[in-house]
Amino acid sequence: MPPASSDADLVAALCDGDESAFAELVDRHSPALLRVARTYVSSRAVAEEVVQETWIAVMRGIDGFEGRSSLKTWIFRILANVAMRRGERESRSVPFSALAAAEDTGEPTVDPDRFLPADHELFPGHWVVMPARWPTPEEGLLAGETREVILGAIEALPKAQRTVIALRDVEGWGSDEVCEALEITPGNQRVLLHRARSAVRNAIEAYFGATEEIDYDAVTAELMGDTAKESSE
Amino acid sequence: MNDAPTLPPDDLACTEEVELITDYLEGALPEAKVRRLELHLETCPGCTEYLEQMRTVAGSLSDLREESIPDETREALLDAFRNLRRSS
Repeated sequence: MPPASSDADLVAALCDGDESAFAELVDRHSPALLRVARTYVSSRAVAEEVVQETWIAVMRGIDGFEGRSSLKTWIFRILANVAMRRGERESRSVPFSALAAAEDTGEPTVDPDRFLPADHELFPGHWVVMPARWPTPEEGLLAGETREVILGAIEALPKAQRTVIALRDVEGWGSDEVCEALEITPGNQRVLLHRARSAVRNAIEAYFGATEEIDYDAVTAELMGDTAKESSE
Repeated sequence: MNDAPTLPPDDLACTEEVELITDYLEGALPEAKVRRLELHLETCPGCTEYLEQMRTVAGSLSDLREESIPDETREALLDAFRNLRRSS
């Protein structure tokens, strides 16, 4: 991607009627706008309409942009308003912050059966079935079949988590930008990101079958043996 | 004397560690927690691998295919922009 023009330059160009500047903006932000719109409305088709309506509002309102937030944040705020209105008509509009709160279940992100119980005498809450190294191809996780595994895992996420991981890890936004655009707290944002990344990690691990079971009887015997040997020396 | 292997009294359980990984990667953990977490990592291959995998996940998604709006919508928007700016 070419380096992004600064907000001030872009806004000036838009106000001047520079069509290539508008095209650049549309191409840069439409994928993320579409992702966020999908959290508010029921279908891909309606989400596309919401994005289109957002861009119309942007071109109409650009003269009034005062630079109090970044241009990106301003555009995403407009999207949220358009999408909320649209969602109300579909009577399924839920503010993002409410979605975020509902998805913060506090449930463990890794299957509790993979750990020793919390009251284990020697190793409370430690791994029994621990993660093993992934046979990751040199070209990275997205090169092979794992790409489909990852796409499937993201698609299966609850909406708020899907949106946050898409903006942070796919689009590469900073956490401040995500919090500002979605109007959630940094704590909320981290919970959603954590749950989303954990789910994707779990899916990759399941695909590779990359786990290793620890034989604690053997470990304990070995450690005790070592300790006994050391103390007898 | 037959000492059982023991963990430091304030050792983090792996169950806690895995839930703190994102806060750790985001630099949002208080200093004292960071020390406990890193101390635990020194002795725990499972959590070390887990951290590495979470880092890998976070770092590998940027090349995922991006879906955008349909070309016709894009063209319609550019037309609308041209018309709006001509009339203003």
